[in-house]
Amino acid sequence: MVQKAAMVGAVAVINIRKPLLAGFCLLCSVLPTVAGVLPDDRADALYHSYDGGGVEITGPSVLVLKNVGQSFAVSGNYYVDSISSASIDVVTTASPYSEKRTEYSLGADYIHGNSIMSASYTNSDEDDYSANTASFGISMDMFGNMTTVTMGYARGWDVVGNNNDPDFSEDVDRQNYTVGLTQVISKKILMELNYEAITDEGYLNNPYRSVRYLDPTSSLGYSYEPEVYPNTRTSNAVSVRGLYYLPYRASTYAEYRFFTDTWGIRAHNVKLAYIHPLSGGWLLEGHYRYYTQNAADFYSDLFPRSDSQNFLSRDKELSTFHNNTLGFSVSWDFVKNGWNWIDRGSINLSYDHIWFNYDDFRDLRDTSAPVGDEPLYKFSADVAQLFVSIWF
Amino acid sequence: MAVALHKAVILMLGVLCLPACSTVEPWVKPYEREYLADEIMRFERNPVSSAYMIHVYQAREGARGAEGGHGGGCGCN
Repeated sequence: MVQKAAMVGAVAVINIRKPLLAGFCLLCSVLPTVAGVLPDDRADALYHSYDGGGVEITGPSVLVLKNVGQSFAVSGNYYVDSISSASIDVVTTASPYSEKRTEYSLGADYIHGNSIMSASYTNSDEDDYSANTASFGISMDMFGNMTTVTMGYARGWDVVGNNNDPDFSEDVDRQNYTVGLTQVISKKILMELNYEAITDEGYLNNPYRSVRYLDPTSSLGYSYEPEVYPNTRTSNAVSVRGLYYLPYRASTYAEYRFFTDTWGIRAHNVKLAYIHPLSGGWLLEGHYRYYTQNAADFYSDLFPRSDSQNFLSRDKELSTFHNNTLGFSVSWDFVKNGWNWIDRGSINLSYDHIWFNYDDFRDLRDTSAPVGDEPLYKFSADVAQLFVSIWF
Repeated sequence: MAVALHKAVILMLGVLCLPACSTVEPWVKPYEREYLADEIMRFERNPVSSAYMIHVYQAREGARGAEGGHGGGCGCN
């Protein structure tokens, strides 16, 4: 029971370690501000489903965005993750669990000339973790609307709890700095550059997760001890992406991102997409994404002995791995030219299949293999989204 | 913290001053942006869906940030 309780939040934290980032990005993405023009009034209702590696996560996301007068726009987003987990971490060290994370975001835009100023606030809560984020951004059109420059700053305050210890409470402070540049290259080419620096300070490890080390006195040949992370992390990411209008009515999309941080992780990802409209209000998209990273300096699947170094991690997110995603989406406009108060309405279905392959995270469910020689872990996930968008 | 905020404010003020240098003639005129105005040329066609996929990847990968979605467009609306 203790073990179960101990893991009730374990993988929950795997998922919620980044609610702030997700929240920040969620809101930033929710407000696709085109400098010089406030976003259109719209409402989106989305149902999402993730199923992979023994983890099932479902829930809604609802966005409403409304202009108020000529100069203001306000938006609100409600998002839920309902999690049921029997992940590899859980099945090897504890028992399955379920829980719920709820996130609320509020945002406002103010337009003045060619500039839009945005502010937002996001709150994310679950049993043992809460995150609050405030962000501010500015977006400006310049050079005859050929160039859009954006800058943003966000500050986050997280509180980490522990379901096994009501007195446990640790803080994490986060700061995000973003700079973006969107450039019209030609009549058919649009490019975007983005840079983001993120600093974290505070309790960054998982209060439940353990690392394993060689222990000849154990019947398994290894034992577990709590992981230990540094108290600071700074990361830098830069990305470039572009859209090209093909000779017929269709477009291609390409994206590359490079990431590095003070924990020794370096990552690259690329994405390619093809977007093709059809008559009758249909829009099809197919895409492929590849991601690869090396392990953090203090990651090991199996440490040589207990307390063998200052910092210890066996979090597979910090290991060396790569993944491939293949996906498609279909969109259909059920209202194209207005109906009552609706200007336009679309229904959308999206599906992605992701294959994860780990290079130094082993599958401990195979107890017949020699210690440290278990098969490498891999799994695949199905990600589906069904949503309705209405412009009014 | 105070230093970081100070830097952020200075950077933002710098951006506010950029249009003062805007003597560049646009090489794609507003009436030539028919293709760019098409919805298939938008980076964020479905912002709620994009935000969800960013969340899916951030929760399972070590990398984070610079996913885009912070704005920008073709200036053709």
